[in-house]
Amino acid sequence: MSSLTVPERGEMSVSDPTADLPSRVGLADTLSQTLTLAWRATMKMRRSMEVMFDVTIQPLVFTGMFAYIFGGAVAGDVDSYLPLIITGLIGQTVLTACVATGVQLRTDMDTGVFDRFKVLPIARIAPLAGPMVADLLRYFIASVLTFAVGIAIGYRPGGGVLGVAGAVLLAMLAGWSLAWIFTLFGIVGRNAQAVQGISLLVMFPLTFLSNAFVPTDTMPGPLRAFAEVNPVSLVITAIRDLANEGAVTGNVGWALLGCAVVIAVFAPLSVRAFNRKM
Amino acid sequence: MKPDAPTLVDMTTHDIDLAVRATGLVKQFGDQRAVDHIDLEVRRGEVFGVLGPNGAGKTTMLRMLATLLHIDAGQALVFGHDVRAEPHAVRRLLGVTGQYASVDENLTATENLWLFARLQGLGRAEARARGAELLEQFDLAEAASKPISAFSGGMRRRLDLAASLLTRPPLIFLDEPTTGLDPRTRGQMWDTIRDLVRTGCTVLLTTQYLDEADQLADRIAVIDRGVKVAEGTADELKSSVGQSTLQIQVADPADLPLVAEEVRRLLGEDVVLTPEARRVNVPLARTDQSVDVLVALRDRDVAIESVTVQKPSLDEVFLALTGHDTQDPSHDDVTTTDPTDQTDLQMEAAR
Repeated sequence: MSSLTVPERGEMSVSDPTADLPSRVGLADTLSQTLTLAWRATMKMRRSMEVMFDVTIQPLVFTGMFAYIFGGAVAGDVDSYLPLIITGLIGQTVLTACVATGVQLRTDMDTGVFDRFKVLPIARIAPLAGPMVADLLRYFIASVLTFAVGIAIGYRPGGGVLGVAGAVLLAMLAGWSLAWIFTLFGIVGRNAQAVQGISLLVMFPLTFLSNAFVPTDTMPGPLRAFAEVNPVSLVITAIRDLANEGAVTGNVGWALLGCAVVIAVFAPLSVRAFNRKM
Repeated sequence: MKPDAPTLVDMTTHDIDLAVRATGLVKQFGDQRAVDHIDLEVRRGEVFGVLGPNGAGKTTMLRMLATLLHIDAGQALVFGHDVRAEPHAVRRLLGVTGQYASVDENLTATENLWLFARLQGLGRAEARARGAELLEQFDLAEAASKPISAFSGGMRRRLDLAASLLTRPPLIFLDEPTTGLDPRTRGQMWDTIRDLVRTGCTVLLTTQYLDEADQLADRIAVIDRGVKVAEGTADELKSSVGQSTLQIQVADPADLPLVAEEVRRLLGEDVVLTPEARRVNVPLARTDQSVDVLVALRDRDVAIESVTVQKPSLDEVFLALTGHDTQDPSHDDVTTTDPTDQTDLQMEAAR
């Protein structure tokens, strides 16, 4: 190893410590920092492809499995179950991907690089929002693959290309919103295993106490009441309207409102918990 | 028993000349006080060393000043900006390199620097140019596109330091910059830090090694169990525990009185005799006096078996300042297992 010397140059002089300094990060800077950290997250995804299994292998396996196991029992035959289950599985798969968002955040926060993020003059929300923006890609892959497998086994979405595109967009937006719940767990959890544990505990009721796999009208009263206000149900109903009818119905509005409520509650909680950790 | 800390705080120093001014810093973890009313003044352009053993509260204090830990009590100003009230402004003035490299393992060196440059608002072209410039300066250009997992410890530290310098911050915090590095890499790191100071940077560093503080720091604060026990230049600290010691082992114990006599004649000092080990310990004001002693002994035909010159170690500084050694912060007593070491320590402590 050659000796390490810093050449003396005029331009190496330090910046002026007495200059006026902004006390907050502006909106444009926050956005740019978020996108930079999203870039980092996509580089990471590219280099460890195993983090993509939940949005690639899982839709492939689950879609076929659920359609053929439950199809006959729930809807009489597989073909008439497909419009219900494919759209339901999109909700379920995206929610699983959200769990991974939280777990990966925890793993990431335990590495040294987060220490540097904390001490940089960047918006406190950027290290949270960056990976979440990158995860939009994961939700996109998950929903497109689920539709593709569905179509391969005979699902014909009545909404056509536009309807399906709208459904995919809504699924991505819903994934981003619901991810705030799991991001909060990711921040407050003691370690990655604990985060995974709490997240699954929350994910299962959210998925199964919804209209994802079966119509809610056979559920007992209290369960049904929950299933009908469950944001996951709202999103799945809206996805069904878009993909199967090609219609932008009031249900889409309800889904968007549900997403907004989740963000309004969990985003501030997450940012506050994150700041306290920092 | 703790002697009063020799402080060198110049009361006429104006705030504008200070890079860091901390008063009465306190950090409490449960019922343990990790930092206990520490005052610190770091002048612009100097290297200030915080010296102390593991668990003394050095890193905790640094993290408080770096906006990474809440300040429970007291006040800290960085170039006049209050750390608690204006953390964002303080972060713009700081580069921090931690004990463990805080770079992204999944990215290459170039990508790491690009990431941190972009996050701090450098444009695309500027970020690329500055990153390449720093990689070149830190001798990392060849490894620029290798994954960090293939980097050695020294390379990681250098990349970490490079990442702290992207925006040329006027103040750099270095938390134990050479702990765990081999001696050669350590020397290179020291050179880098000296070069940094030449560019006008103020450096606040923590270390467990007296020689590191000695080599780099203009002034040193010694911290023990969250309390500042001494402050001064390296020379002041060392003179508080005595200078170097010449240790001579003679072949024949009968020569020992002769050695004592020669030393008294040459240096006017009384020596410490350890006849059972055929050894004398000679306190030296200057290390080169050892040569005079040895030459004189050869002229008197004293057969010498071994010779060592020892500088006071951190352990000795610690013992003198705090009354306990660095290894065992839970005891006030000296618990040295090696009896010969203990002799040295007692001798140093006696002065």
